[in-house]
Amino acid sequence: MSIGGESLSHTTDVKPQGTPRISGYEAAARKAEVHRNILLTIPALLVLVLAASGPLLVMLLYSFLAPGDYGGVVWQPSVDGWFRVFLTRDIFDDTLMLQDAHVTIFWRSIKLSSMTTVLCILLGFPTAYFIATRSDQTRNLWLFLITIPFWTNLLIRTFAIMEIIRNEGIVNNLLIFVGVIDVPVQMLYTDFAIMVGMTYVYLPLMILPLYASMEKLDFGLVEAGYDLYATRFRVLRRVILPLVKPGLVAGSILVFIPSLGAYVTPRVLGGGKNMMLGNLIELQFGQGQNWPLGAALSIALLAIVMVALIVYVRTAQRSTQAHG
Amino acid sequence: MADTTSDSFGFSVRRLPGFTALAIACYAMLYAPIMALVAYSFNAGSSIAVWEGFSLHWYGAAWQNEKVQEATILSLLVATVSSISATILASMAALGTTRIRPYKGLTAIYAMINQPLMVPEIVTAVALLIVFAIIKSTTGYQGLIYLISAHTAFCIPFAYLPIRARLESMDLSLEVAAADLYATPLRTFKLITLPLLWPGIIAGMMLAFVISLDDVVITEFVKAPGQDTLPTYMLGQLRRVITPEIHAISTALLSISIIMVSIFFLLNRKKS
Repeated sequence: MSIGGESLSHTTDVKPQGTPRISGYEAAARKAEVHRNILLTIPALLVLVLAASGPLLVMLLYSFLAPGDYGGVVWQPSVDGWFRVFLTRDIFDDTLMLQDAHVTIFWRSIKLSSMTTVLCILLGFPTAYFIATRSDQTRNLWLFLITIPFWTNLLIRTFAIMEIIRNEGIVNNLLIFVGVIDVPVQMLYTDFAIMVGMTYVYLPLMILPLYASMEKLDFGLVEAGYDLYATRFRVLRRVILPLVKPGLVAGSILVFIPSLGAYVTPRVLGGGKNMMLGNLIELQFGQGQNWPLGAALSIALLAIVMVALIVYVRTAQRSTQAHG
Repeated sequence: MADTTSDSFGFSVRRLPGFTALAIACYAMLYAPIMALVAYSFNAGSSIAVWEGFSLHWYGAAWQNEKVQEATILSLLVATVSSISATILASMAALGTTRIRPYKGLTAIYAMINQPLMVPEIVTAVALLIVFAIIKSTTGYQGLIYLISAHTAFCIPFAYLPIRARLESMDLSLEVAAADLYATPLRTFKLITLPLLWPGIIAGMMLAFVISLDDVVITEFVKAPGQDTLPTYMLGQLRRVITPEIHAISTALLSISIIMVSIFFLLNRKKS
C-alpha cells in the first residue's frame, strides 16, 4: 500500500537560502544546530539504507551477474539477465527471438493497469464530486467511509472479491436467479477478475486526491458557466475538469503505479496462468531459478514507475505555476 | 442536500445528473464484498456458498488451530516491535527535518524517508530477499531480525507523516518561552515539545502497526520457513480448499484495522 502522492511534494519545497551576514558566534550556533538535526535523522536513514535503498543497489549489481544453477548467482559479469527480459535464443538453431511470454506479460500489466485507472476514474470522479458537494457536517463521514477500506488489509479485500465472483458466488447466483444466464460464467482466474479486483482495492487511491482538489472547487465559476448558457456537459468538460485536473493526475498515478507492480491481486484472482509483472518477477526467484533475470525485471519495473512519477511531478509543477 | 445555490426552480449548480446514483453504487460496491465475507464467517456449515444458519463455530476452530495461534503471535510481535522502533526513528527524523533552518541534503533525506512509498512492494521484497540471502549464508543466523528490520523500514514513512504534520502545526512560542526562562534544551523537550507532540506520535505508531500487521508481499519473501504471519498464512490457505475459518480470521483482522483507523481519526480530529 502506498500513499506517495502527498509526500512527493515535500521533496521539492526546500531550497537552500542565501545566508545573510552573521556574527561568528551565531554561525557556530547554526552549525551546531544543523549537526544536531542531521544526527537526529541518522538512525532512521541507517535502517532505510539497510532495508530499503541499499538492497535496491545490490539488486542492480545482481542483474549484471550470471545465474547460479539452483538460484543465487555466479560472481562473473554477464548481461544475460537483461538480455532475457525480452529476448530468447532458439534451442535448436541458436537464433535470436522475441520472448513472447514476457512480451505478453508486460503488455497485460500495462493494459490491465491502464484499464483499472480508467475504471477508477469513471467510478471515483462521481463519488469524489458527491463527497465534495455534501454539507460540512456529513462530508467527513462520507470521507471516513472511503478511508476505511483504504486502510484494511489488501489480501482480505482481494479475497472478498474472489468470494463473490467465483462460480458459486453471489454474482453468478444472482444472475442465474434473475434469469440472465443459465450456467455460471467463469469470471475467477481471468484478466477480467484481475481488473475488477485491482479497481476494487485501489479505488480509494483515486477518490482521495480527486476529493482534495474538488473540495477547493469554486462553484461561482460553475454558476458563471450556466449563466452563459452552457449545458451541464459543457460545464463539466470546460469548467470542472480543468480545475480538478491536478487531483485527477495524482489519482491516476496513485492507481497506475501499484497496479503495475501488483502481486497479490493477480496471484489470487488470476490463478497462476494470468500472470502480471510482479508474478513474473517472483517466478524467477522461485521455480525459474534465474535471479539475474528477476533482478533485471525488477529494475525495469522500477524504471517504468520512476518515469510515471517524473511525469506526475512535472505536471504538478506546471499546474501550480499556471494557477499561481 | 444542504445547498444554498439552488434557485426556486430547483436548479442547482452543484448537481450533475446521475452522479449521486453512481456515488451510492460505488459505496455499495466498496462495502458489499466485505460485508458478505463477514456474514459467511458466521455460517454454521462448512460451505462458503450455502448459508446454513448462524454459528460462532469457525471462530472457535480458528482459535484452536495451532498454526493460526502461532501466526497470530508472530504477527502481533512483529507489528509491535516494528511499529515502536519505526515510531522512535521517525520521531527523531521528524524533529531533525521539521521547523528547522534548511540545510544541505534535506531534500535527499526527504526522498530517502519516503522511498518505501514510491518503490513497488514486489521490488523491495525481492531486493531484500537477495540481501538477506547473502547475510544468512555468511552468518547462518535465521531469526526474526530480518522480518523486523524489513517491517521497521517500510513503516518509517507511515509513522513520519503524521508526526511531521503535528510538528508543523505546533506553536513555537511555548518552546521559546521555556528557553527564555532558562530551561535546558532537554528539559524544554521533555516538558513542552514531547507532550504537545504526543498525539502525532500515537497516530504515527497506530498507522505503522496497521501497515505492519497487513503486510503480505514483503513478509512472504523475507520470512524463513515456519515464520508465517496471519496474512502469509492466509495467502497459503487460499490455494487449498477454503473453509469459513479463513472468513473468521479475516473478520478478526478487519476489526483490528478498523478500530485502529477509527482511533487514528479521532486523534487527528482533536488537533483541528
